[in-house]
Amino acid sequence: MQAKVKTKGTAQPLVVTANRLRDGRVVWLAEGGAWVEHLAQAHVFLGEQAEAGLAEGAEAEKSQQVVGAYVAEVSVGPAGIVPVRARERFRALGPSVGAVAA
Amino acid sequence: MDIVEGHAALNAGVSTRAGIYHYDEYDREFLRERVAEFRGQVGRRLAGALTEDEFKPLRLMNGLYLQLHAYMLRCAIPYGVLSSAQMRQFAHVARVYDRGFGHFTTRQNLQFNWIKLEEAPDALAALAEADLHALQTSGNCIRNVTTDEFAGAAADELVDPRVYAEILRQWSTLHPEFSFLPRKFKIAITGAPTDRAAIQVHDIGLLAKPGPAGDVGFEVWAGGGLGRVPIIGTKLRDWLSERDFLGYMEAILRVYNALGGRENIHKARIKILVRDLGPEAFIRLVEDEFAALPREKFPLDPAVVAAIQAHFAAPAFADLPHAGTDLALRTAENSPFADWVAHNTHPHKQPGYISAIISLKPIGGIPGDATADQMDAIADLADRYSFDEVRVTHYQNLVLPHVRQDELFDVWHALRGLGLATPNIGTVTDIIACPGLDYCSLANARAIPVAQLLSERFADLRRQYDIGPITLNISGCINACGHHHVGAIGILGVDKKGEEFYQLTLGGSAGNDAAIGEIIGPAVPYDAVVDAVETVVKTYVAQRRPGEAFLQTYRRIGMAPFKDALYATA
Repeated sequence: MQAKVKTKGTAQPLVVTANRLRDGRVVWLAEGGAWVEHLAQAHVFLGEQAEAGLAEGAEAEKSQQVVGAYVAEVSVGPAGIVPVRARERFRALGPSVGAVAA
Repeated sequence: MDIVEGHAALNAGVSTRAGIYHYDEYDREFLRERVAEFRGQVGRRLAGALTEDEFKPLRLMNGLYLQLHAYMLRCAIPYGVLSSAQMRQFAHVARVYDRGFGHFTTRQNLQFNWIKLEEAPDALAALAEADLHALQTSGNCIRNVTTDEFAGAAADELVDPRVYAEILRQWSTLHPEFSFLPRKFKIAITGAPTDRAAIQVHDIGLLAKPGPAGDVGFEVWAGGGLGRVPIIGTKLRDWLSERDFLGYMEAILRVYNALGGRENIHKARIKILVRDLGPEAFIRLVEDEFAALPREKFPLDPAVVAAIQAHFAAPAFADLPHAGTDLALRTAENSPFADWVAHNTHPHKQPGYISAIISLKPIGGIPGDATADQMDAIADLADRYSFDEVRVTHYQNLVLPHVRQDELFDVWHALRGLGLATPNIGTVTDIIACPGLDYCSLANARAIPVAQLLSERFADLRRQYDIGPITLNISGCINACGHHHVGAIGILGVDKKGEEFYQLTLGGSAGNDAAIGEIIGPAVPYDAVVDAVETVVKTYVAQRRPGEAFLQTYRRIGMAPFKDALYATA
């Protein structure tokens, strides 16, 4: 189940994510307000900066782009942007089982 | 859709041979109107006239969930009974609107995992062409009624439960008083002395049985359930007459609707009400409510029962000898076939016939998944060998209910060619698994890959058969869609600081000896769960007496030897 992430007082990098309204696909907020299908293209926020991302998410919900925008913790390193929690890893990578060709 | 009288009209797309309830034009018009209504709602949502908060309850009323990666459409299969034409329509929807497969669930339903909101009305319209829908597969209403997968076929059956499951379906569909209950409500019914429908762990569980005068009555249970607070149900009645069937259901639901908790979602199921009131007080309230009902309004008319029974008349069985000589010869000369017959068939009430179970648990496969091509092929087999009928089991397998024993070898041969003849029903690889964290937004941990790894670990058939009858159920969260509480071995996925851990329970059963499994100890990480199950199984094998199944050994020796073995090696 989705865990509530605080934006204040955390040193963990954050991304804003949601599901796209028309097809439910997982998307992340990128630079410039676009919603992208690849985590690698997501905008990484630090601490309370993510509040601005959440506000963009709320606007995107009002304009029927996405559903349920929220903040997720990530780490940023040589492997790129990697979600901290298992749930977010599977949202980013898709199901870990077969029979799901796009 | 109220209780209807007999219908003669049949949909051109739905087999007239299958023992299913045939819709009439009234039913079909209702489904078309419902799809049109939902199409309008989706259009308004996409146009911004409805917010998500406004739209969510509307989509859920049509079985459409938003999961981790996409929308999921949960399609109803009333009491797990399908015609071959309906199975083909599922295949069609899988190909056109999903990714070429579907997932059969523990509520005998089918879920599509990759539906697009903008296409959901078209998918529902396609389903409606085959008298299929997604009504009451979500929401705080009476959900799809489940039953024995061998209903109308089993040799030990006393009363055909499909008749009463259909009566419950009609009574509960759009029931104005029970469409907004405190929580969802699940009813299971069986008509055989061996409980294959898990009636003691349902909100209401029913055993249909004949009375001394040849009439039909019911043993009534209520207040059972799994999830966060697993509870074995309370028996309310040893005998409820057919005439009072719906009146008594009304009484139970009214008491629950009036007194069930609505403040806390985790305390809203009827099981909590029964627990908190105490069984005796709850029964008294139900009986008082029942006594106060205007009886003339609620009697179940025998003519209605007879009309519905006509829909489930036995197919045109051939007059065959009781013993399948051909079957005996074939099993004697073919060991793989003999294995499959021994594990994947069930005795039929009609001489010369047998029910064939199609395992959707190939070694390393995803429990309950079937591709569109497999669905079509199974429909073809049903046409040819089983009077156009297919059943869905709550163990996430399929059944061809009425197969001639002298044609069983041909069925097996065809299934083998399709990769659907794994002879593992009732063994340690016949694993129930919910979609878990691979798909479900509520899940804490994955269930499917754990099932796949376990299936591969225990792949050796001789070892499976040596281990003997056992149930291994996996849920990815405490909501327990994988029925882990009633697995002889249960596995529950939990979240520990964002990582997947698994808690094992032992001793559960959903049968006549229903029991909730006990937690063995601290949860283990993903990488250790298969070895943990291995340790439990090895402990059983070492401790068992000749002929003793896992549950018998567990009940004799208790938890301690298993716990010692598991945590001594940790």
